[in-house]
Amino acid sequence: MKKKTVIIIGNGMVGNKICEKLRSKSENLSIVMFSEEPIRAYDRVHLTDYFKTNAVEDLFLKEKVWYEENEIELHLNDPIVDVNTILREVSSLHGIHRSYDFLILATGSEAFVPPIPGVNKIGVFLYRTIEDLDLIQAYAATASKGTVMGGGLLGLEAAKALLDLGMADTSIVEFAARLMPRQIDDAASRVLEAKLMELGLKCLLQKSAIAIRGEEKIEEIAFADGSILETDLLIISAGIRPRDELAKKIGLAVGPRGGIMVNAQMQTSIPDIYAIGECALAHDMIYGLVAPGYEMAEIAASHLLGVEKSFSGFDMSTKLKLLGVDVASFGDPFIDAPYALPIVFEDSHNGIYKRLNVSPDGQRLLGGILVGEAAAYNMLLQTVNNNLPLPENPAELLFEEKKNSEKSISNGIAALPDSALICSCEGISKAQICDAVTLQNCENADAVKQCTKAGSGCGGCVPMIKDLVTFSMKQQGKYVRNTVCEHFDLSRQELYDLIKIHELKSYDEVIDTLGRGHGCETCKPLVSSLLASLWNEMILRKGNDVAQDSNDRYLANIQKGGTYSVVPRIPGGEILPDKLIVIGQVAKKYGLYTKITGGQRIDMFGAHINDLPNIWEELIAAGFESGHAYGKALRTVKSCVGSTWCRFGLHDSVSFAIQIEERYRGIRAPHKFKSAVSGCIRECAEAQSKDFGIIATEKGWNLYVCGNGGSKPQHALLLASDIDSETCIRYIDRFLMFYIRTADPLTRTATWLNKMDGGIDYLRNVVVNDSLNMATTWEQDMQKLVSAYQCEWKVAVEDPNIRKRFVHFVNAPDEKDSNVRFDDFRGQKKAADWNTPVL
Amino acid sequence: METLVNTNWLEACRTEDAIENGGVCLKLQDKQIALFYFTRRNEWYATQNECPHKRQMILSRGMLGSLGDTPKVACPFHKKTFALDTGECLSGDECAIETYPVKVENGRVYIALTRETPTLDMQ
Ligand code: SRM
Ligand SMILES: Cc1cc2nc3c(=O)[nH]c(=O)nc-3n(C[C@H](O)[C@H](O)[C@H](O)COP(=O)(O)OP(=O)(O)OC[C@H]3O[C@@H](n4cnc5c(N)ncnc54)[C@H](O)[C@@H]3O)c2cc1C
Ligand code: SF4
Ligand code: FES
Repeated sequence: MKKKTVIIIGNGMVGNKICEKLRSKSENLSIVMFSEEPIRAYDRVHLTDYFKTNAVEDLFLKEKVWYEENEIELHLNDPIVDVNTILREVSSLHGIHRSYDFLILATGSEAFVPPIPGVNKIGVFLYRTIEDLDLIQAYAATASKGTVMGGGLLGLEAAKALLDLGMADTSIVEFAARLMPRQIDDAASRVLEAKLMELGLKCLLQKSAIAIRGEEKIEEIAFADGSILETDLLIISAGIRPRDELAKKIGLAVGPRGGIMVNAQMQTSIPDIYAIGECALAHDMIYGLVAPGYEMAEIAASHLLGVEKSFSGFDMSTKLKLLGVDVASFGDPFIDAPYALPIVFEDSHNGIYKRLNVSPDGQRLLGGILVGEAAAYNMLLQTVNNNLPLPENPAELLFEEKKNSEKSISNGIAALPDSALICSCEGISKAQICDAVTLQNCENADAVKQCTKAGSGCGGCVPMIKDLVTFSMKQQGKYVRNTVCEHFDLSRQELYDLIKIHELKSYDEVIDTLGRGHGCETCKPLVSSLLASLWNEMILRKGNDVAQDSNDRYLANIQKGGTYSVVPRIPGGEILPDKLIVIGQVAKKYGLYTKITGGQRIDMFGAHINDLPNIWEELIAAGFESGHAYGKALRTVKSCVGSTWCRFGLHDSVSFAIQIEERYRGIRAPHKFKSAVSGCIRECAEAQSKDFGIIATEKGWNLYVCGNGGSKPQHALLLASDIDSETCIRYIDRFLMFYIRTADPLTRTATWLNKMDGGIDYLRNVVVNDSLNMATTWEQDMQKLVSAYQCEWKVAVEDPNIRKRFVHFVNAPDEKDSNVRFDDFRGQKKAADWNTPVL
Repeated sequence: METLVNTNWLEACRTEDAIENGGVCLKLQDKQIALFYFTRRNEWYATQNECPHKRQMILSRGMLGSLGDTPKVACPFHKKTFALDTGECLSGDECAIETYPVKVENGRVYIALTRETPTLDMQ
């Protein structure tokens, strides 16, 4: 029997999915796909991630070989332009003709562009394909003001992307009176607007654009109310329009407002032609999400192979991703009296809004909205979808996530029926996930993902998968711990204690005594950091060099292209003119890019690995030492100029900063840590943004702890006030040892404190009042570390065995890597861009 | 009659040039090759030095490890991992790396970058 041929038009997310489904259901089909886009199907849902890495390969849904191995004939960059529905033959732009037994339209949708004069000007973009993003990124480099037209899900995502591209002045203009008009209500929108303001996004509502003006490029947008918005760049995200132009041309029935009409089996008006995904109009609706598209793919694939299933609409609940503000809406978010009695909670101070629509009899949840705090989203969605009974006082659900969350979540999970759909993108149920844990020994969310595909789509269900893994493991009586990796069944703190008790000094000893197998990139740096924190020995000895993260291994931060940076310590930011001259001379001699860092010292970039020892030898000879810019160790202690010069200065903040920096230099910790000393409350050294910060008072010093800059800034909290220098140092000793002993890997002090039961009061009790009776031990431990300090770079350049590792080719030690390339840049140089990957 | 594959062994370096449980980079016939001495498993591996992710000449400075029984190396830049025996990318990406046969004889390490076309042994 001749194989039947299925032709799929469109290799987008849904086209790709049906291909996968058809193959897994039958080997007796010839599958041919035509795609208009020049590259194979990618994850459009995570399109915005492309800005982070510019790596399309991270987004591809299938490897190239997958199509070959599964004998799928894929024509890229060749759209179908016509179909003869009588002869059953398609024709492509490049002149390929192919006949089919079944035809599937998965042509997706395109951005809807409102007919405003000027939309064709330079600087106006859409947001749908990789090509769109490339264009935006290139243009954004020359633009400073950005605008997104449309305050829906996509619009908000695009606006955040503009911010992240460095366009600090970005606005969202929306025609409706609120943001995300299909998902949230007015009150929720107000809370969301305030949150977006904090991020730096302006929201202009009820704005109807009438013209886009500018010479050639866009310069401003004019609105119906007479107002004008200046902008350099505009992204239009005003809704989607199904790609039904081919369907219309070949005579398929389309809806009055577009979309290819289909029945519940996804058949179009010609039964051997199906339409699925965003181009299909099912139950009078275009489903602009990926999960319903996948469901349509399942139904059409089954139907054409003779299995009857039907599409009965789909849940449109959504959680906004990426924005940094939690926004979710589920079930029917708007249903109101008399059909539902909403419970609403609004906290404008903290930017939280929650609405739960409860059935009039108080028994069921019908839908709701969450802004600012959406941890309960998955559970609430399940409560709606599975018709779970509500507690006697449903208002409890509003606050539950803070209180007692673990208990209530596991009760909630236990109550879910086995059939509850957890991952709607891939259609995976609770039972399938629990089976993966109990029958296939998946013990974390990643393993479940590999086994079942759950969580591999939009990723929204991952928190719930984690809860289900914990729940199923507990049910089997398995002890759930935060273990390091497959090589160690121990937590970081357990490892710390065991390494100390057994006095282990090298990675090999540790894994042979306490672990199994041969280690990996997770446990090696972690153990190395523990060894360094415990013994403070030279980190490249005893075979530990190969167990260090790359930066520690070469005592320098690796940068694009494979060169390294050089950062000598400049304690407190104070430096002699002669030493400044040496830095200048060294940088000139080795051709290094120089920059003053945000940490009050000087970074030299672009050193070849071969040059590192020579550079350091010269710096050390001039009295410099390693700045540990590469280690999870003390970075800098910033200082303000203080009482020696400043008319407000109360004490000598520079001297104290130098003393502190020299005390804690080189000590390894779970993450890097930073400090600063300010000479008075004007706080020019920004001490309250540091892991520990010190501010002079009339009577002594105030000590603040657990502050953080970075992506989630947090102010440090006052630990002790008006203390003298000695007490201050004793408290810091205890604080740091407590942190080093108990924090999870790669956790800064701020996050460590956030997770600590009892918070700053508990910490103060431990450090100041010595409630754990550990103060003396910790002070002694710290003194040992301080005494064991030596400059790593000095040891490295003086030890020929270590020094010889700093070459690129072992068989040609003097030769440098000729692949390293630099570009000229304002009279210095910069690393050339990433090489584009071969694909 | 059996088919033999003749391998073109190139002398690469001395065993003491290699790093225990780590990698070094070699220049062989103008190619950059990463040589790994996985001492804990008593195994030698050679692969291309270029990480296919961002095409960086760097794998020799990567970290060795194992995933189950599979020996692997993690790139220092973004920690993508590759199987040392098959070259397969273990981080779910589609980029694989080239691997080459290695042999150690009399304190010298040999690597074969190319194989001769199979010849038929007529005995
Ligand atoms: C050079 C410098 C930027 C500059 O040109 O000024 C810099 C450069 C880097 N920073 Fe930074 N940071 C620099 C000051 C800061 C500051 C400001 C400060 O210290 O006052 C912050 C915010 C304050 C804070 O940490 O709380 C900062 C927050 C980060 C973070 C985010 C940390 C967080 O908790 O969120 C990272 C990522 C990480 O460590 O995981 C980071 C990571 C990095 C790395 C190491 C990224 C990398 O792996 O390549 C950069 C290495 C540069 C190199 O090759 O030497 N850098 N970085 C600054 C060096 C200061 C110094 O003298 O050592
Ligand atoms: C930035 C962004 C973020 C998103 N976020 C989410 C989210 O968080 N959650 C969610 O559920 N959904 C999200 N979506 C929507 C989701 O991406 C779509 O629902 C999904 O991609 C639809 O799949 P599709 O295959 O129907 O259409 P598409 O993925 O658009 O694929 C259709 C393909 O068909 C091609 N084509 C069209 N006509 C022809 C022709 N004549 N011949 C050959 N090829 C043709 C097109 O070029 C295209 O490649 C997002 C979309 C974007 C753009
Ligand atoms: S220096 Fe810091 S802020 Fe700047 S790009 Fe690097 S990590 Fe990011
Ligand atoms: S360059 Fe190797 S992982 Fe990115």
